[in-house]
Amino acid sequence: MPEILKIEHLSKHFGANEVLKDINFQVRPGDVTSIIGASGSGKSTLLRCINLLESATSGKIFFHGQNILSDHVNEAKYRAKVGMVFQSFNLFNNHTVISNCMVGQIKVLKKSKEEAYQSALFYLDKVGMTSHINAKPHQLSGGQKQRVAIARALAMQPEILLFDEPTSALDPEMVGEVLDVMKALAKEGTTMLVVTHEMAFARDVSNHVVYMFDGKIEEEGEPKALFSSPKSPQLREFLSRFTGDAGNQGG
Amino acid sequence: MSISEMNFFQRMLYILQEYSGSLAKGAATTMVIAIVCTAFGCVIGFAVGIVQTLEPKKKDNLAYRIILRLAKVLLTAYVELFRGTPMMLQAAFIYYGASQVFGLNLGMWEAAILIVSINTGAYMAETVRGGILSVDIGQTEGAKAIGMNHFQTMLSVILPQALRNIMPQIGNNLIINIKDTCVLSIIGTVELFFTFKSISGALYTYFEAATVILIIYFILTFVSSRILLAWENRMDGPVNFDLATTDTLAYTSGMMNFPRKPKRRT
Ligand SMILES: Nc1ncnc2c1ncn2[C@@H]1O[C@H](COP(=O)(O)OP(=O)(O)OP(=O)(O)O)[C@@H](O)[C@H]1O
Ligand SMILES: [Mg+2]
Repeated sequence: MPEILKIEHLSKHFGANEVLKDINFQVRPGDVTSIIGASGSGKSTLLRCINLLESATSGKIFFHGQNILSDHVNEAKYRAKVGMVFQSFNLFNNHTVISNCMVGQIKVLKKSKEEAYQSALFYLDKVGMTSHINAKPHQLSGGQKQRVAIARALAMQPEILLFDEPTSALDPEMVGEVLDVMKALAKEGTTMLVVTHEMAFARDVSNHVVYMFDGKIEEEGEPKALFSSPKSPQLREFLSRFTGDAGNQGG
Repeated sequence: MSISEMNFFQRMLYILQEYSGSLAKGAATTMVIAIVCTAFGCVIGFAVGIVQTLEPKKKDNLAYRIILRLAKVLLTAYVELFRGTPMMLQAAFIYYGASQVFGLNLGMWEAAILIVSINTGAYMAETVRGGILSVDIGQTEGAKAIGMNHFQTMLSVILPQALRNIMPQIGNNLIINIKDTCVLSIIGTVELFFTFKSISGALYTYFEAATVILIIYFILTFVSSRILLAWENRMDGPVNFDLATTDTLAYTSGMMNFPRKPKRRT
């Protein structure tokens, strides 16, 4: 199958600091790719480059074969097709839950209010938040906020969804409700690229795992193999920190 | 009884009775100028503040970047000049300057509204700039991530939040304008302070006239600030939200009133 997203020789500098070094990988439709790696290894920066929130220093990002880093690409149009879920939710504080899920559909996809409302309800139902449609973000718990953020991204019917540590800002008891939603999405065949510290999710839900170390892709592959017999010493060391979680269960 | 035989309270009553018409008219003029000019000032402030927060990107063409740069310099000069000089002198400068240099005789209303609006705009520009910068960058990123362009992001997400954040400051400006319109008496605007000067000039009862008019000013500012506060609360919406109870999923995602302990979805 032709890939949705293909990244070639991507590099990113912040000043003299090279944060991403010659990144190459691809995402095919239906892929659930987990990106793991230590703090500061460049995972967030990679996602932000893919979503054009950060401009890459060099390299290419192909979306359906078109290089979106070339000048004549409409950034907003591309972003509408690539959903993003943030660690810090980033729900619009001045909009209610339902309105958060409608505003993009109306402004960007030019849907009618009624159409947008129905589809917002549909996706809020998916994440179990239809009872809270009139709430403002500050009236929700972290887990609820993140589920609404996922519904907001889904309502744009993106072709791929990027997640940047969607559960890292949550209290432990709320992690599960968000992971459950993500698992359900994966099962439905949603194409997802997930930066995560949840090793169980990376191992059990994704079909591809990318391990980043110091701005490079150090190792990647099928999750079972990668978790049970990591080749690079860095990955072995990284996984050993998760003993008790998925690291050793997978071995 | 002549005015010299009256005591303090009788004199105040006398002023209120004899001059009720001009007091009401002065107060009305003051309020109209203050409200209209605060509104215009907000419009100017938002326009300037928005331009000031535009950041040219590498991708933008050269002409756009040069124009933006120039506009920012001019707007900064405007803000600094009008914030940095007394409004009373600005009033004299613009009013007499317009007639002497341009042969333009501004009417009382045009002059008053022009001067106070421009002045408020200069203050509001900085307030709006701060209001925009105070909105978390995550809000912009959230909007961009669903494909909204700069204009849509500003209009639907950033400016409403910036406006809410600076409401106390807008209220402050209105209060200041109610009081500061008094400097317009220098160009003959018949507002509340002008009324004070005519009453005290006619009756020689400075203390009583000042007391009466101070009280009127205070009532105007106090009522204004209460109304603005109520307006702010309305902007915030209800403290509690209604759960849509017809929903079957409601029980799995929590039906208790907020705040509640979140449950794990099954
Ligand atoms: N805006 C920025 N300016 C300068 N340096 C930055 C910027 N953003 C990130 N960096 C640097 O880039 C490196 C990678 O950061 P990044 O946020 O991508 O790491 P990460 O893998 O997502 O880490 P974490 O797991 O903690 O989120 C870090 O060294 C960080 O200091
Ligand atoms: Mg990160």
